[in-house]
Amino acid sequence: MRRDLLTAFRSMIVITILFGLGYPLLVTGVGQVIFPGKADGSLIKRDGAVVGSALIGQQFYENVIGANGKVEMSKGEPVTQPDPKYFQTRPSGTAPADNAAGSSFANYGPNSTVTLAALQGNVTTYLCMNTDVPYTTCDSKGFSASDTLYDPHVTSANQVPVDAADTSASGIDPDISVANAKIQAYRIAAVRHLSLATVDRLVAEYTTSRSLGFFGEPGVDVLELNLALDRISNGSH
Amino acid sequence: MTVNGWLQILVFCGVLILIAPLLGGYMAKVYTGQRVFLSWLWDRPEKWLYKAFGVNASHEQDWKAYAKSLIIFSLAGWIILYIVLRTQSIQPWNDFGGVAFHAAPWNVTFNTTSSFLTNTNWQYYGGETTLTYFSQMVGLTVQNFASAGVGIVVAIALIRGIANRSSKSLGNFYVDMVRTILYVLLPLSFISALVLISQGSIQNISHYVSVHGISGLAQTIAMGPVASQEAIKMIGTNGGGFFNVNSAHPFENPNGFTNFYEMLMVLAIPASLVFTYGKMVGSRRQAIAVFAAMFIMFFGAVTVAYAAEAGGSPAQHAAGLHTQVIANSTGGNLEGKEQRFGIAGSALFDVVTTVTSCGAVNSSLESFTGLGGAVPFANLSASEVIFGGVGTGLYSILLYVLLAVFLGGLMVGRTPEYLGKKIEAKEIKLVALGLLITPLTALFSTALATASAAGRASIDTAVTGSGPQAFSETFYAYLSQANNNGSAFAGYTGYDGTLGNLPPAHGLTFADLLGGFTALFARYAPILFALAVAGALAGKRVSPAGLGTMRTDNATFVVLLIGVIILVGALTFFPALLLGPVVQALTGHLYK
Repeated sequence: MRRDLLTAFRSMIVITILFGLGYPLLVTGVGQVIFPGKADGSLIKRDGAVVGSALIGQQFYENVIGANGKVEMSKGEPVTQPDPKYFQTRPSGTAPADNAAGSSFANYGPNSTVTLAALQGNVTTYLCMNTDVPYTTCDSKGFSASDTLYDPHVTSANQVPVDAADTSASGIDPDISVANAKIQAYRIAAVRHLSLATVDRLVAEYTTSRSLGFFGEPGVDVLELNLALDRISNGSH
Repeated sequence: MTVNGWLQILVFCGVLILIAPLLGGYMAKVYTGQRVFLSWLWDRPEKWLYKAFGVNASHEQDWKAYAKSLIIFSLAGWIILYIVLRTQSIQPWNDFGGVAFHAAPWNVTFNTTSSFLTNTNWQYYGGETTLTYFSQMVGLTVQNFASAGVGIVVAIALIRGIANRSSKSLGNFYVDMVRTILYVLLPLSFISALVLISQGSIQNISHYVSVHGISGLAQTIAMGPVASQEAIKMIGTNGGGFFNVNSAHPFENPNGFTNFYEMLMVLAIPASLVFTYGKMVGSRRQAIAVFAAMFIMFFGAVTVAYAAEAGGSPAQHAAGLHTQVIANSTGGNLEGKEQRFGIAGSALFDVVTTVTSCGAVNSSLESFTGLGGAVPFANLSASEVIFGGVGTGLYSILLYVLLAVFLGGLMVGRTPEYLGKKIEAKEIKLVALGLLITPLTALFSTALATASAAGRASIDTAVTGSGPQAFSETFYAYLSQANNNGSAFAGYTGYDGTLGNLPPAHGLTFADLLGGFTALFARYAPILFALAVAGALAGKRVSPAGLGTMRTDNATFVVLLIGVIILVGALTFFPALLLGPVVQALTGHLYK
């Protein structure tokens, strides 16, 4: 028995050193040499500063300006709202939203009233931003409805793409569907004074097609798209 | 459902069927001591390892000695992992997450240790918020290798028991272990890790990156040695994610291709071992029969899950969403799923990781529709024999094969024989016990957790409420841990996450202990029975097949085998399934 124990511990310790340190560090070394940018998280820089990762969703929010012209505060934190000049990512189940240091599912069940309420909330937010349907719950966003501002086909929940209403799995989904992007494109074009064709062209440019033509689903990388938008309309924002 | 969705599923199945015989044949050579193309590299290191372990490689073990080595080896692994996880505050790199990570409390650590030791990888913790890089590598990655190895060697031992005609020997536990890791797990993991990095999986030992996003909001991005762990997590059907959301995290699973690749890695070894078996017992037809039974059930599960998820959920319909596929949108129930995987990629991944003991998820199982969520239940109810975990799947389905042979024998009125060996009372008792222990443990634990206030404390009442979903969540937790799967209806908790990793965070002792013991018991008891069966069959005389011998390599037997598996699973679990997923699947009603 003592001999068996000795063998077991000796082998586990050897395995621990070889596969707990040797293997991951070897992969780290090789990975860092061959794919340095990717191994470090596909980080994106703008003007020398890292602004995020191409693979990680982030929030595109602005501070709410109160009636007195100052940033509204709540509990010492500025109150924020989705920034209409940026494409918006999918709903997130992390706290706070798009928390890349604490990923989490929302765990909304299929037959739950809690899920229904969450979906309705997401749909309302989306319609508020992307239609001129008068919703009592909509805040004034500082830009008024006009015929050219919104996708005329989107009038109710029935036209909202599921990815815009459903919470993502990781809470940091970097992508939205092409349908979702095309609806938001109307708003972006109006707010940024760009032609719809220009924005649509950018959407097409930043659409990742299916891997090898058929694995997965096409998606639009929101951070990269927003960065490209900023480059085009530099000076107008 | 879309044409493209089906194309993804069919291509996946095609590639799997192509590689299984190849890898299976390779593994047969590894376990019969033949030279393979990696021999030039590993010949010497293999001998060094035996020396370092203090093992005599030529020493043959009968089933008792083999089991004894396995249990003591596991005990050593448990103790080392527990120590690693409990000493986080003095580990290197422990403040890379911004704050110094303390150890999780004893109860959560007990659960984590037990679940990683048993290839379960249940996660009552969030990786990036509670574990140091050191714990992830030296603690968890090591057990990803070791626990996968333990599963595989038991399958190999059972194969030897069935194949050996004169000797009682099942081989040597440590030799099988070393060869498994060097010749199978390590090369596959190393290559896969690099493939994953090339697609965007991260691999570094860096501080979490703090950035200001383009609208000025602060975001902290968790880093770490992810790809190396991701690779063995899939190949070893472990399933414990580096991050809390597992393979849904873009750093673990960056795109549609990695999603496909990871699924293939999960099924690669379990599917191939069937052909290893065929080679080692000298009957390819036998392997094809077992493979066919597994594949038919697998494909059925995929079809149901895909159809259910493509149809959308009652909550979506109540919210007025259009869940049909429209241009440029996935449609379907995308709640808790990632855009880049879509419905087909999520449904297939879900089935792949719940038929095996992997339990990795790329979407939130809790958010699957009633019927879509019933598929993982069904897969677990079949005791993970549909390919199953590495090794565990094969030894479990071989027990079912023996049971089917026994039942077939009763029907035709002949002494049951398998590959010429008589299946007698002793073997069939061991088989029955080996097969029933996992379901009974799962049901017993579920009952305990449902009937006690301490157990119900784990239900996520804020989100789940108290309807059938609450029962599903509880039932799934223990079904998953008993089958050493580790996937979760993740609302069920054993860790007070609201307190983060800072003291005084506390675990929910009841859920942590019950889950841990469930995983341990339902892992090692069936292993002992499988080895005992191997011991009973080893050295049995083989009688030549006659005209009246029941064939075990034709379509009739495949049907009988599937029937037995479904019958045992259904009879055991049907009442419990009715209370949870079946209610949800049959109703459009919403519960609070």
